[in-house]
Amino acid sequence: MSPMTLFEKLWSQHLVSDLGNGMGLIAIDRIFLHERTGSVALKSLREAGRSVLDPSRVFCTMDHIVDTVPERSDDTRMPGGKAFITETRAAAQAAGITLFDVRDPLQGIVHVISPELGIVLPGTTVVCPDSHTCTQGALGSFAWGIGSSEAEHALATGTLRVRKPKTMRVRFEGELPPGVTAKDLTLALIAEHGSVGGNGYAIEYAGEAVRALDIEARLTLCNMATEFSAVTGFIAPDGRTFEYLRGRHYAPQGSLWDQAVKDWRELISDDDAVFDREIVIDVTQLTPMVTWGTSPQHAVPIGARVPAQSDSGTSAEAYARALEYMGLQAGQSLLGLKIDAAFIGSCTNSRLSDLRRAAAVLRGKKVAAGVKAICVPGSMSVKRAAEAEGLDQVFRDAGFEWRASGCSMCFFAGGESFGLRERVVSSTNRNFESRQGPETRTHLASPETVAASALAGCIADPRELQN
Amino acid sequence: MDALTVLTTIAAPLIRANVDTDAIIPSREMKSVSKTGLSEGLFAGWRYLTMGERDANPEFILNQPAYAGARILLGGENFGCGSSREHAVWALHEYGFRAVIAPSFAPIFRSNCVRNGIAPVILAASDIARLAEQVAVDPSAYRVTVDLQQCEVRCADISVPFTMDSESREMLLEGLDAIDLSFKHRDRIDQFMREQRRVRPWLHELPSSPPKVDVTI
Ligand code: SF4
Repeated sequence: MSPMTLFEKLWSQHLVSDLGNGMGLIAIDRIFLHERTGSVALKSLREAGRSVLDPSRVFCTMDHIVDTVPERSDDTRMPGGKAFITETRAAAQAAGITLFDVRDPLQGIVHVISPELGIVLPGTTVVCPDSHTCTQGALGSFAWGIGSSEAEHALATGTLRVRKPKTMRVRFEGELPPGVTAKDLTLALIAEHGSVGGNGYAIEYAGEAVRALDIEARLTLCNMATEFSAVTGFIAPDGRTFEYLRGRHYAPQGSLWDQAVKDWRELISDDDAVFDREIVIDVTQLTPMVTWGTSPQHAVPIGARVPAQSDSGTSAEAYARALEYMGLQAGQSLLGLKIDAAFIGSCTNSRLSDLRRAAAVLRGKKVAAGVKAICVPGSMSVKRAAEAEGLDQVFRDAGFEWRASGCSMCFFAGGESFGLRERVVSSTNRNFESRQGPETRTHLASPETVAASALAGCIADPRELQN
Repeated sequence: MDALTVLTTIAAPLIRANVDTDAIIPSREMKSVSKTGLSEGLFAGWRYLTMGERDANPEFILNQPAYAGARILLGGENFGCGSSREHAVWALHEYGFRAVIAPSFAPIFRSNCVRNGIAPVILAASDIARLAEQVAVDPSAYRVTVDLQQCEVRCADISVPFTMDSESREMLLEGLDAIDLSFKHRDRIDQFMREQRRVRPWLHELPSSPPKVDVTI
């Protein structure tokens, strides 16, 4: 047999029918929904007189609209948000699917709880009407975001009609310098190759630096494949993956576990497999990254200045618009730029290891006066685990708000926001105009950079506090 | 879904890179669990000067009388990036758009278009710039044609071919429902699932209830 890439293996294991012209009917193993986009899929499925083919493999969570204040209920700060919650609950119950409800101790952001509960497994296909579903590729699955109509299709038929993507391998080679994280890897990739650099591709992240990442960091790396316009990103499962999954509730148990691991060990790209495109990045030269503009590709090393238009990889018009929106000028230093707020959370960087690293920066120190600082754990399980280690106290003592889990201020839904033209350093994934609030200015960075900046009151290099 | 064959209409240029789905329909405008009632919120952040009173921003292209009734949108690179929300496409459709012409589309947005009767047409940025220039002379005199049968975009002397994968094209041309199409493979799907259960049973056999966690919230 000719050598195959990991993606080709995942594809062929799920190909129900070749539809011709590069399209395949692909079997879907796991479907996740959330109250923002899943409710409308369930509702319109029902209105069309169709039902969910296999409810035992469909899950739903309340993460997007639900408040993240500790005493929360169905009422939300987002106007009209309650209807999304109550209608999702009703639709999920009627469909017989598993729901992690507002006050469920396992509630959390979909891409945080799916790995946490062992719902996503190596060699599975996972879809969710949410663009960051690619996060879950970190476990060696083919996981991607879809629209609500496609979600309906997957729910009804157990399949999706998928255009076979091209394959790309991105190899991060060398050993990561101290203070440089998976978040910086993904920002560096997008900065170098542009926000459409991955368009049309399924991307396998590989190389020495990726192998060395723990599973939570791999989830961060895969999370932003969508900001690279890729269909998805994923990583071949290895011993770390199996260790991470062993014993998780929805992972196979007993002899089934052994059988599964044996199968998962085959999920690697064969030695001579050919990719449509290959990118190699030497990580030994990387530093923490931060964005200056309104696209994730507007990322630079933290010590750098706002680039000139000719070095920005953006058209003159988009460049001018971005600078105006961000209130910046070419040549301005990013270090030392005064901030109004700091946010640690989102499906990119809100897992236990993220909170530990941020807490290590914050321990015994205080957030600068006038800076609003918020930490939102990615799931209630992360929150409890962090509290068991006393991390909540570290955050609180430093002056951070400590919230219940959810998407929270990763995106503005009409409720809470950071405010007009406020400057926020954020561990999230999108710095689009008004993403975090009307005219809010977002600078994307790693959790440790956010923590260091919160302390300094301006964009700061975490490495100086880590020494 | 309505079939779409040849569309000739006013085209509105909104040529900016990375127009994301939150710009197309801001989150705050998605007020109900529904596919309708969204066109008011289309491009709300740009279209209105004030969020509450909805004072029209006269500068914004769709507020200019010359572009009233536009059914084709000329866009920039990476159109529809960001969130997967299909509401962006529902809002465009409800407003009246039936085609978006751009140099590249975010993958989820593109597929959402096809499922809702909006043709996502890929043309080179230079061709789109030419179209926009022609249209700007007099939008109602220089209407743009998106011809899905010939796979061609035309406007005055300009005529540019485009390619679209045959599945998307057929779905648009015939107004087909993807679920109905896939159900034609029902026997094959059943057979596949049986085989999958045998070879990789863990894909199908899941605990029937979530884990018990002993904490009070
Ligand atoms: S945390 Fe942010 S990016 Fe992630 S799923 Fe929620 S809203 Fe989307």
